[in-house]
Amino acid sequence: MHRFANPARFMRVSAPIVPWLAAMTAAFLLVGLVLGFRAPPDYQQGDTVRIMFIHVPAAWMAMATYSVVAAASAAALIWRHPLAEIAAQEAAPLGAAFTAVCLVSGSLWGAPTWGTWWVWDARLTSVLVLFFLYLGYIALSHAFDDPTRGSRAASVLALVGWINIPIIKFSVDWWNSLHQPASVLRLGGSTIDASILVPLLIMAVAFTLLFVLLLLLRMRAALLERKIRALQMVEAEATASSYALAGR
Amino acid sequence: MPFWAIVRRDLRLAFRQGGDGAMAVMFFVLAAILFPFGIGPEPELLARSAAGIIWVTALLATLLALDRMFLGDWEDGTLELIRLSPLPLELAVLAKCLSHWLVAGVPVLLATPIVALLLRLDPASLPRLMLGMAIGTPVLSLLGSVGAALTLGARRGGVLVSLLVLPLEIPVLIFGVGAADAAITQEAGAAHLYILGALLAGALPLCPLAAAAALRQALE
Repeated sequence: MHRFANPARFMRVSAPIVPWLAAMTAAFLLVGLVLGFRAPPDYQQGDTVRIMFIHVPAAWMAMATYSVVAAASAAALIWRHPLAEIAAQEAAPLGAAFTAVCLVSGSLWGAPTWGTWWVWDARLTSVLVLFFLYLGYIALSHAFDDPTRGSRAASVLALVGWINIPIIKFSVDWWNSLHQPASVLRLGGSTIDASILVPLLIMAVAFTLLFVLLLLLRMRAALLERKIRALQMVEAEATASSYALAGR
Repeated sequence: MPFWAIVRRDLRLAFRQGGDGAMAVMFFVLAAILFPFGIGPEPELLARSAAGIIWVTALLATLLALDRMFLGDWEDGTLELIRLSPLPLELAVLAKCLSHWLVAGVPVLLATPIVALLLRLDPASLPRLMLGMAIGTPVLSLLGSVGAALTLGARRGGVLVSLLVLPLEIPVLIFGVGAADAAITQEAGAAHLYILGALLAGALPLCPLAAAAALRQALE
């Protein structure tokens, strides 16, 4: 892991990966969406079941991204790993976006099937809390004049907020809920028919690839931004000292 | 013992300056009194919402003094000395939480019966509400210490503390209001109180750890 702590090496290694990853993401998204639209409609929900192909992968990624943020934060706190710090900070807005997609698509799905846009049930509430945890993390990391202090404080918050992840995962099993219980990953096999499960899993892979791709792009952009800022500082200092030498 | 020295000092400061505790209670009573104007004075409606109103306003009242939990000590350098003292920083945070609870939590707890009377809470569920608040408000102070430590030196620290702490305080609210629900049986109420107790048992060691980690970063 420490081999990749060097930002220059990260930039070198990640550059050739990005186009391949982009092509694979596009392919999986295309196949997943085509299969999703060609899947037979549900016997009860009709065509609205297709919302699942966006909703469920977004929900998985919302939780997985938080775990990535928490793990990267732990690495940043324990080993002072500079790339882990950037990874956590750049992953958080992606997670917030996945959570927002999950909440909005769930609301759109709930309106025709449950007859309501929103219910105050355990899973919906805990995903909403997850969204606010992301917002709190992002707000805290930008709240300080010293960016290192911001990212360190946000790392501690990410670890504290990780408590919410198992609560979301198991909320539908612990509490009586309008939301259906876990049906893909459960003991005794999946309860979803293959015609719907296959596009769902392809979409899940597509969302995961999309996350990795966007994270790499964001991390590269963040590293370049830091480089530009450092160069600007050097230039400003050089100008200042040349003025000083000229005796102005 | 330095632990009690910190608590005594904070209490003395709070009483001599006469600020935070009185403000928290006044905010609690005033905010709760707003609700009959907002939702209407019908006794049944008030009685049904009373426990929820009391919990939410108590939660907001304990937030008021949070951003000053470490701020004064951080600005004048006392926090550095506390860190250098032989007392582990985690225990110092615990002392801070205890004094915050004594200053902001206990007065709110004492004012609860009066507010419950004004909001026409069912007298039978008052003991469970009080017990729930007695267990739950220390958890609010403990969670608050993490938020206060994290935002030390941040821009707009006060607003940021609320944004960080409120999502984490939702479970306390859920089980606190659940325990005071008039419609449930004694056993179901006890179950909610046990979960509140579990939250306190978890927060008691974990929150000082996280808050102390955050303080160490602020002091670097």
